[in-house]
Amino acid sequence: MTLNGWIQILVFCAVIIALAKPLGWYMTRTFNGEWTFLSPLLRPVERVLYRLSGVDEHREQNWLSYAVALLLFNAAGFVILYGLQRFQGSLPLNPTAMSAVAPDLAFNTAASFVTNTNWQNYSGETAMSYLVQMAGLTVQNFVSAATGIAIAVAVIRGFARASTKTIGNFWLDLTRSTLYVLLPLSIVLTLFYVFCGVPQTLGPSIDVTTLEGAKQTLSIGPVASQLAIKMLGTNGGGFFNANSAHPFENPDALSNFVQMVSIFALGAGLTNVFGRMVGDERQGWAIFAAMGTLFLIGVAVTYWSEAAGNPLLANLGLDGGNMEGKEIRFGIALSSLFAVVTTAASCGAVIAMHDAFTPLGGMIPLINMQLGEIIIGGVGAGLYGMLIFAVIAIFVAGLMVGRTPEYVGKKIEAKEVKMAVLAVLCLPLAMLGFTAIAVVLPTGLSSIANPGPHGFTEVLYAYTSGAANNGSAFGGLSGNTLWYNLTLGIAMLMGRFMVIVPALAIAGSLAAKKIVPASLGTFPTNGGLFVGLLVGVIIIVGGLTFFPSLALGPIVEHLAMIAGQTFGGGG
Amino acid sequence: MLKELRPAVVLALLLTAVTGLAYPLAMTGIAQAVMPKQANGSLIERNGQLVGSALIGQSFTSERYFHGRPSATTAADPADPSKSVPAPYNAANSAGANVGPTNQALLDRVQADMERLKQENPSAPVPIDLVTTTASGLDPDISPEAALFQVPRVARARGLPEDRVRQLVAQHVDGRLFGFMGEARVNVLALNLALDDLSR
Repeated sequence: MTLNGWIQILVFCAVIIALAKPLGWYMTRTFNGEWTFLSPLLRPVERVLYRLSGVDEHREQNWLSYAVALLLFNAAGFVILYGLQRFQGSLPLNPTAMSAVAPDLAFNTAASFVTNTNWQNYSGETAMSYLVQMAGLTVQNFVSAATGIAIAVAVIRGFARASTKTIGNFWLDLTRSTLYVLLPLSIVLTLFYVFCGVPQTLGPSIDVTTLEGAKQTLSIGPVASQLAIKMLGTNGGGFFNANSAHPFENPDALSNFVQMVSIFALGAGLTNVFGRMVGDERQGWAIFAAMGTLFLIGVAVTYWSEAAGNPLLANLGLDGGNMEGKEIRFGIALSSLFAVVTTAASCGAVIAMHDAFTPLGGMIPLINMQLGEIIIGGVGAGLYGMLIFAVIAIFVAGLMVGRTPEYVGKKIEAKEVKMAVLAVLCLPLAMLGFTAIAVVLPTGLSSIANPGPHGFTEVLYAYTSGAANNGSAFGGLSGNTLWYNLTLGIAMLMGRFMVIVPALAIAGSLAAKKIVPASLGTFPTNGGLFVGLLVGVIIIVGGLTFFPSLALGPIVEHLAMIAGQTFGGGG
Repeated sequence: MLKELRPAVVLALLLTAVTGLAYPLAMTGIAQAVMPKQANGSLIERNGQLVGSALIGQSFTSERYFHGRPSATTAADPADPSKSVPAPYNAANSAGANVGPTNQALLDRVQADMERLKQENPSAPVPIDLVTTTASGLDPDISPEAALFQVPRVARARGLPEDRVRQLVAQHVDGRLFGFMGEARVNVLALNLALDDLSR
């Protein structure tokens, strides 16, 4: 580890802290329907969208209608995206004449982008036409992120409101997240990325003659516009197969810094929205502090492990950290930081190949996802995931002192705790359940690329990434098979919607409750004690659930590595 | 439930029009008008011929050129398109090697590359980036150490004094952005273009 590496990490943290408050202020106004500086421009567009789609701006929904609206909208998006892929051969904007995507791959990709996962079993430059990339994938990048933000806002309203049945209107929350938050920021970011060197064209790929006289074909396209929302919406699906490691998708350290910041910006801002809406910004900062603690632990471990490098290579006489699968312009510090950022949020973009990380360096991204991506998290998804953990933490605290727990003025009772546990349990079910099945089936095993415990980690990482809606991969695994396309698709849908519905149910049940005024007996949830409790509960719940699987993968591989053992090679 | 069906379908289509067509097309128009060079891939021309992109690495094998890092990209086998064959720096199919740290194949590959490099320059330690694959398979850069390591070979092949080549490398080192961001690096294509100019 170098001092310079840590300076980069700390500058990144400082920028995120500085952005949380202004973004929180702006988003709070937007979702309260108040006037913002963009309203003169966007309000007319918003009105037209509501009129054409028959949305009544003044009608609010209870949690069930909200959930139904959300599910129907996502179903419509799924069908459109599936159709675009299946028919891309006969549709326009396809300069390299790509043919229809196979049904199982199209299912996987549609599930992947609708759920904000962006797991990619295809490689962008060889499988998807410009039309699919724009009107299919880019659109879902926007609306799956907007869906996440909408749910977070609805859950916040559940805490903030009292004695009411409604938690907002999904159509308004969806439209406002898209128009007022995601679109304006994406426009600015697109132009910035083009300035850095990211292509934005509808022209076909370009042939050049290299200095040695060979032909090199450069894949190109409308990359910047997709990149902007891919990061901002914590989607992570690359225009190119190599994702943000591709020099066209991330030309230099500056574009990389802005990409990292835009992964975290909205998630951090939403913690501030939470504080503002419940009437005490410190409640938001407490959540932020719990996230920040877990984040810094993760960064330290990954950076340390990657900087220490692979002792098996050191034995050959090589100096330096683990540069396998990394790019020179980013180096070890930024590659480690990015890996933790992208898995703490549910982004899944990569600037280095996680499959080539050291065992412990690759374990942290895995743990981040197993915890459900609540460290900043996916836009919206991170906050409501964290609030679910807050419910459990406060319930545990209530058990210790023997009184009904309260959180931001709401009594937490049996129904909320049951729903929270349901949401928390569905992730390990999908992650560990599918992994267990895949590693005993020949069809699951045949996709593994690396021998030994690393191969097990590839499978575990895939289902973890899918169910957590992350989308990063241990890329050696050949995911484009019938088995993985179907099971990963199902894991992604489970990980998304089996958390969303209980989260909205909690919101509905909380909104109906009265606000309990804080008394001397109330456990304060805006201070260090609560932060410590929350972090502790997350680590204990995560540890009890996932430690055995980690022991079989990265931990045993680490022990083998330091003992000088390798796998494969016929010996 | 039916009440929510119309907004679900109509908004899905309208938001597709806004975010999937209007947004990328408008961005393409602005980018092409304001920053055409970057928007079209930062292409480099020499004597009226496109020789590459400033951002994308190329495969160099000649002794006369500086070499980039190992690349694991592949291309379809011309003899049998269902199979793939190694094709380093294939910018139409970016990919990493995805070889894990305890895979014997990683050690075998690194060892073979190291032996080759040690013959080329026995006097310096092998820089790690010359024996580890790039994440994208298209890394345009090498570390300054990796460029200096290759100076004796390039100077010999071109009949240039080593000091002159070393000086050229020094001119092509891009430092960290703002003094702290990223890592110092040498763009291999830019360096090789300058090398050709020098020899001419």
